[in-house]
Amino acid sequence: MMKNLNYRLVIFILATIFGIAFTIPSFLGKNPKVNLGLDLQGGMYLVLGVKSEDAVKNRIKSIASTIKYLSDKKDLFIDRLKTSNNALSFELIDKDDAPKMDAELKKIRGIEIKKIPEKGIVIYKIALTKESIIKTKENAIKQAIQTIRSRLDAFGLADPSVTQQGKDKIVVELPGIKTQKEKNNIKKLISSAAHLELYLVDNEHRVTNPAEAAKYGDIMLPDKNNPKRMWLLKTPPVLDGSMITDATVGFTQKTNQPAIFFTLNSQGAAIFGDVTGKNVGKQLAIVVDNKVYSAPTIQERIGGGSGQITVGSTDEAHILAIALRSGSLPAPVVLLEQRSVGASLGADSIRKSMIALITGFVIVVIFMAWYYGFSGIIADIALVTNLFLITAVMALFGATLTLPGMAGIVLTVGMSVDANVIINERIRELIREGKSIKQAIEGGYKNAMSAILDSNITTLIAAIALFAYGSGTIKGFALTMAIGILASMLTAILGTHGIWQYIVAGNKKLTPKSFGMKA
Amino acid sequence: MELFSQNKIYNFMSKRNIFISISLTLIALSIASMIFKGFNWGIDFKGGIEVQVQFQKVVPISDIRKQIYKKFNGASITTFGKKNEILIRMSVKKVSGDVQKDLGTEVKKLLSPLGNVTIRRVDIIGSKVGSELRDNGIKALIFAIIGILIYVAFRFEWRFALASVLALCHDTIISLGAVSFFHVEVNLDVLAAILTLMGYSLNDTIVVFDRIREQIIGSKVRDLPSLINEAVSKTLSRTVLTSLTTFFVMSTLFLFGGEIIRPFSFTMLVGIIVGTYSSIFIASPLLIWLGFKIDDYRKKLLDKEKRKREKEKMRQMYKGGVV
Repeated sequence: MMKNLNYRLVIFILATIFGIAFTIPSFLGKNPKVNLGLDLQGGMYLVLGVKSEDAVKNRIKSIASTIKYLSDKKDLFIDRLKTSNNALSFELIDKDDAPKMDAELKKIRGIEIKKIPEKGIVIYKIALTKESIIKTKENAIKQAIQTIRSRLDAFGLADPSVTQQGKDKIVVELPGIKTQKEKNNIKKLISSAAHLELYLVDNEHRVTNPAEAAKYGDIMLPDKNNPKRMWLLKTPPVLDGSMITDATVGFTQKTNQPAIFFTLNSQGAAIFGDVTGKNVGKQLAIVVDNKVYSAPTIQERIGGGSGQITVGSTDEAHILAIALRSGSLPAPVVLLEQRSVGASLGADSIRKSMIALITGFVIVVIFMAWYYGFSGIIADIALVTNLFLITAVMALFGATLTLPGMAGIVLTVGMSVDANVIINERIRELIREGKSIKQAIEGGYKNAMSAILDSNITTLIAAIALFAYGSGTIKGFALTMAIGILASMLTAILGTHGIWQYIVAGNKKLTPKSFGMKA
Repeated sequence: MELFSQNKIYNFMSKRNIFISISLTLIALSIASMIFKGFNWGIDFKGGIEVQVQFQKVVPISDIRKQIYKKFNGASITTFGKKNEILIRMSVKKVSGDVQKDLGTEVKKLLSPLGNVTIRRVDIIGSKVGSELRDNGIKALIFAIIGILIYVAFRFEWRFALASVLALCHDTIISLGAVSFFHVEVNLDVLAAILTLMGYSLNDTIVVFDRIREQIIGSKVRDLPSLINEAVSKTLSRTVLTSLTTFFVMSTLFLFGGEIIRPFSFTMLVGIIVGTYSSIFIASPLLIWLGFKIDDYRKKLLDKEKRKREKEKMRQMYKGGVV
C-alpha cells in the first residue's frame, strides 16, 4: 500500500491532518481559535473622531497658566492675559522687565513671540509654531489612543482593541459587553475628557453673560448638579489635571459622600500649596470637563499636594477616578460610528448562518456524488478538507470571523467544487475520445489547469481589492474568501489528483461509470 | 449523470443579436430604475441610526410608533424578518457626535410599557463616515476592475480583457438594477456581493475564453462564430453545473441566513443568474464585435510557442555542452 503513495497525496493527507488538528481547538474554545467578530458574539464597535484643534487650544491655555505662574513667582507684573484659539497675548507693565520675561519665555518650546512696545509697556503676542501645531495634533491622537487603552485596561474588560484609523480617527472594539448599563459606563469612560482644572472663584464681580465675564478676564462655567447655576471663575486656572499622579475612590469623612481623592506630583503640590496659602478665605472651584463639581472655601494652606472631589454616586466616582488616573484626553472625542450588537442577535446570526452553511454543504455534496459518482465523492472529500483548512488557517492567524465572513465560507463551498467540475468535464471528454482511464485522468488535470488558475486568480484580485478598501466586517469576508480560494487550489486540484494517482497505481478497476458517465 | 449531450455543438452565435438585444433592454431598464427609482441606501452609506429590538410577543406597529414618537418624531418603524422583530430608523442628527448619549436605554425605556423587549442592535453612522465608506467602496471597485483588466490582457489579449470587463459591467449593472428595482437596502454587504460577483462573472467568462484560446491552436475551424460555438458548447455543462452549486448554497443563505445577510444573498443570487447568462451568450459575441481575428491571434500564439521551444532547445544544447 505504501509503495503507491505519491507526493500529491502525501501533501493532501498532511493538509487534512493539519486542518483537523487546528480546527478542533476552535470548537473546544481553546487557543489557537477563530475569533468571532462583534456581529457574531455581541459587543460594541466605535469609531471616534478626535477634535485635534481643541488640543491646540488646550496647549495655549496651559501656556497661559505657566506664564501667569512664572510672572507671579518672578514678580513680573503682567495684565490683560488673553487666550484665543491658537494664540495668546498679554501686556508687560514695566518694559524694563522685558529681558527677564524673554528669558522665562525661552523655556517654553514651540512658540513664536512677537513684541510690540507701547508707552512704557510691552505687548506680547504668542502663537504656536506650525510644526508645534502639527505635533500637538498628532500627539493628541496618539495620546488619546494610549489614554483610552489604559482606561479600558483599568476597567478590566476582556481583550478590548483600540487602534488608529486614518489620520484622526480611533476605532475601539469591545467584544463581550452584554448589558446596556455596561455599554453606557464604558462609553462614558472612553469619552470623558477627564480634564481636571482648579480655578479661583471670582466673588468680586457680577456678570450675566460670557462676554461680560471676559472683560474681567473671567469665564462662566455651569454647576455640575445644577446646570442653571453659573460660576464666575478667574482665568487662567491655577492648576490642571496633568499634574495628577493618583486618584482613588473613597468617602468623605464628615458627610460620608462618595469622593475621589487625588494626589499631585511635586510641581503640582508646590503650586497647590502656594495658591492655597495666598488665598485663604477664598473659594477654590474644582472643575472637571468644564463643570464645577464643588467650590470649597480654602481654610488654610494645603501642603502635601492632595485634594478631594465629591461626586454623586460610587459608580460615577469609579469611572472618573480611572479616567483621572489614566490621564486626561488631550482633545475631546466625538462619536462618528457605533455598531453594537446584542449577544442574543449574535447567537441568532451564528445559528442561522450555520444552518445555511450545513444545508448548502449537504446539497453540494449530494449533488456532486449524484452527478459524478465515485469521482464526485473524491471531490466531496476535498471539499471537507477545504473547510477544515479555512478554519485552521483562520485560527492560526487569529483572524476574526464575521457574519459576511460566514457568507464568504458558504460561497466558497459553492465555488470550490468548480475546479473539480472543470477537471471532471475534461476527463469525461477524454474518455469519450477513447483514451484510457489513466490517460484521461492525467490529461484532464493538465487541460483543466490553465482555466482553473486564471479564474481563481481573477477572483483573488477582487478579494484583495475588497480587503484593501473594505472596512470592518467586510474585511472578514474578503479574508475568508481569499483563504477559501487558496485552500481550494490545494484540496480540489492537488488533493483529488493525488487520490486518483493512488487509486490508478493500485490497479483498481475503473470504468467511465466511476466518473458518473453512462457505461 | 450527464445533463448535456456532449458532442452536440449548439449554434449560439446565430442568435447573438437576439441575446444582445435582451441584454441591452435589461441594461436600459436597470439604468432607468437606478435613475428614476434610485437606491435604498442603508445607513452604511448615508449615515443614520438603526435600533433593532425584539419583543417577546407581537406588538402592533402603531403602538410602537406612538411610543417612539414621544421622543423621536419622524422615525421609521418596520418589522425586520419576523413580526416581533422591529427596526427603528432615524436621522443621525438626533445624536450627532455625542458619544455619551445612550440610545439603547432610551428606546428600551420608551418601549418597555408595551411588553418584554430586548435591544438587539444599535448602529449609529455619522454622515461623514457614510460618504467615506462609499468613496472606499468605489475605490475598491475601480481597483478590482483595473487589476482584472491587466491580468486578463497579460494572459490573453486586450480584446479578451475588454470583452470580459464589458461582460462584467453588464452583470454589475443588471444586478444593481435589480437591487434598485426590488428596493433592496444597499449596505456594505451588498458592495461586497457586487465585488464578489465581479470575480465570479469573470471566473465564468475566463473558463470559456480559455477554451476559445485552446481551440484556436487545436481546432481546424477558421470561422470565429463556429469556433466560439464549439468552445461555449464544450464548456456549457461546466458553466451550468458550477452556477447550480453556487446558486444552491446562496439560496440556502437567502432562505435560512436571516434578515441581516439577505441583501447580500439577494444580490449574489441575481448576479449568479446574470453572470451565467452573460458568460454563455454575451461575453464571446463581444469578441466578434471587437474585431477579433483568429489568424492574427493564432500566429501570435504559435510564435510564442515557437520562441518557447527554441529557448528550450537552446537550453538543452547548452546543457549538452554543444554551445
